[in-house]
Amino acid sequence: MASNLNDINIISISGLTKRFKDFVAVDNISFDVKKGEIFAFLGPNGAGKSTTIKMLTTLLEPTNGRVTINGHDPKNNKNAVRKSFGIVFQDPSLDIDMTALENLQYHAVLFKIPVDIRKKRIEELLRFVELWDRKNDMVKTFSGGMKRRLEMARGLLHHPKIIFLDEPTLGLDPQTRNHIWNYLLEINRKEGMTIFFSTHYMEEAEKVAQRIAIIDRGRIVAIGSAAELEEKTKTHTLEEAYIALTGSVIREEQVNGSDRMRLMGRMMGRN
Amino acid sequence: MSTIYILWLRQVKKYFRAKSRIIGSLGQPLLFLLVFGFGFGSIFQQAGQGNYIQFLTSGIIMMSVLFTAIFSGIDLIWDKQFGFLKETMVAPVPRWQIMLGKTVGGATVASIQGVIVFVLALFVGFKISDPLMLPIALLFIILIALLFTSLGVAIASIIEDMQGFQLIMNFMVMPIFFLSGALFPLQGLPTALEVITRFDPLTYGVDGIRSALGGSGSFGIGMDMMVIVIVAVIFLGVGTYLFEKIQA
Repeated sequence: MASNLNDINIISISGLTKRFKDFVAVDNISFDVKKGEIFAFLGPNGAGKSTTIKMLTTLLEPTNGRVTINGHDPKNNKNAVRKSFGIVFQDPSLDIDMTALENLQYHAVLFKIPVDIRKKRIEELLRFVELWDRKNDMVKTFSGGMKRRLEMARGLLHHPKIIFLDEPTLGLDPQTRNHIWNYLLEINRKEGMTIFFSTHYMEEAEKVAQRIAIIDRGRIVAIGSAAELEEKTKTHTLEEAYIALTGSVIREEQVNGSDRMRLMGRMMGRN
Repeated sequence: MSTIYILWLRQVKKYFRAKSRIIGSLGQPLLFLLVFGFGFGSIFQQAGQGNYIQFLTSGIIMMSVLFTAIFSGIDLIWDKQFGFLKETMVAPVPRWQIMLGKTVGGATVASIQGVIVFVLALFVGFKISDPLMLPIALLFIILIALLFTSLGVAIASIIEDMQGFQLIMNFMVMPIFFLSGALFPLQGLPTALEVITRFDPLTYGVDGIRSALGGSGSFGIGMDMMVIVIVAVIFLGVGTYLFEKIQA
């Protein structure tokens, strides 16, 4: 893997490690994602999925290891990496005191989308996620599904080469999930956008992902297509393969102050 | 430039939208002006210090700027808590621009608040002695607003949640306010206390605007301005440094 043929691997990770004080969240993981691939990242709660995604998206400095995103190293070329990807975070990340349109305009300015195409593209995406009629409404009046759709539109606004989706369909009804996936798959087909997503819905991963990596306790325990994972574990569905690989013990997620606060905020109705 | 502008715009838009918050935050300075102004007015006069409203107005303007500025900076914690900061952090722009946009936005809001309090004071009976000095007074408002918004951002960059907030209010913001000479003259204080007031940046803001609005200042406008500019630059630098260190 050391001799990459130019940019076949749009994401390449080797020896990636993140240590928080005495806790190793991500433990020496290595894998590559090919350009245009649809890649699922599965694992129990607290296995290291979000921490990995944060390191891939410049939000967190790795303790050790190397990452290359679209040919750039997040360590010394953060902004080139940031231009390459869009992201839908696991937690809500909209400004609920702004309108849908304003949230997208903010993003368009920060991502330096030229003024002349900005308007057209925002309209296009808002229409697609069926929020165009609500464009001037405050995000705080939106339902969970609407917020998710808006985040999706925002993540795609600057036409990224890679989209990271951290449990993008959590809490969405099947209609919305289908709608979102159809659109993502279409962009994937048309523009070769790489999709890197984490999910707890096994049938979702089985249906759309070309390759799946399973992470547990910070380590990659298996990687391959759904069929390969099933074969390896001598099971018939991805869900069975997943359970076989990660065991059936329920995991407690480590909760920090900021998660607690977010939860509180959600209860207070801020999100 | 466009990054700084959009962050500024967000801050200012949100301010004007939260009408109830504007009114709420003007209640306190107005109450201080009326209650202290008229309550201590006669004692102040008897002590030979002149009209208390004339004295107090500068202090209350700066109080309002101080509080609004610190809050505008600290509301970064909300962005942190409710995820919006992450969206900003993955944007391909230098973080110092984000910090600067946010700070200038917060400072704009705090300055507007200061000007509104000034106008309210005119209704309570404050008299301007030299209208030509008003731009200087405004400059002091803007500089103090920048200084404390940067401080707010710096604090918000290192604290994780609102639990530390009460601590900051009680052990930092209130002392900054009380020890600035906003409410009483700083002459004749016990030496130890007087020394502390000299380390309070707001002291120079209150002193400067008081001179500009026709009262008697202790340090001179030039000196006040210089101290504030230096401290503001330092805080802006520290704020930027700490902001760049934030990891989501």
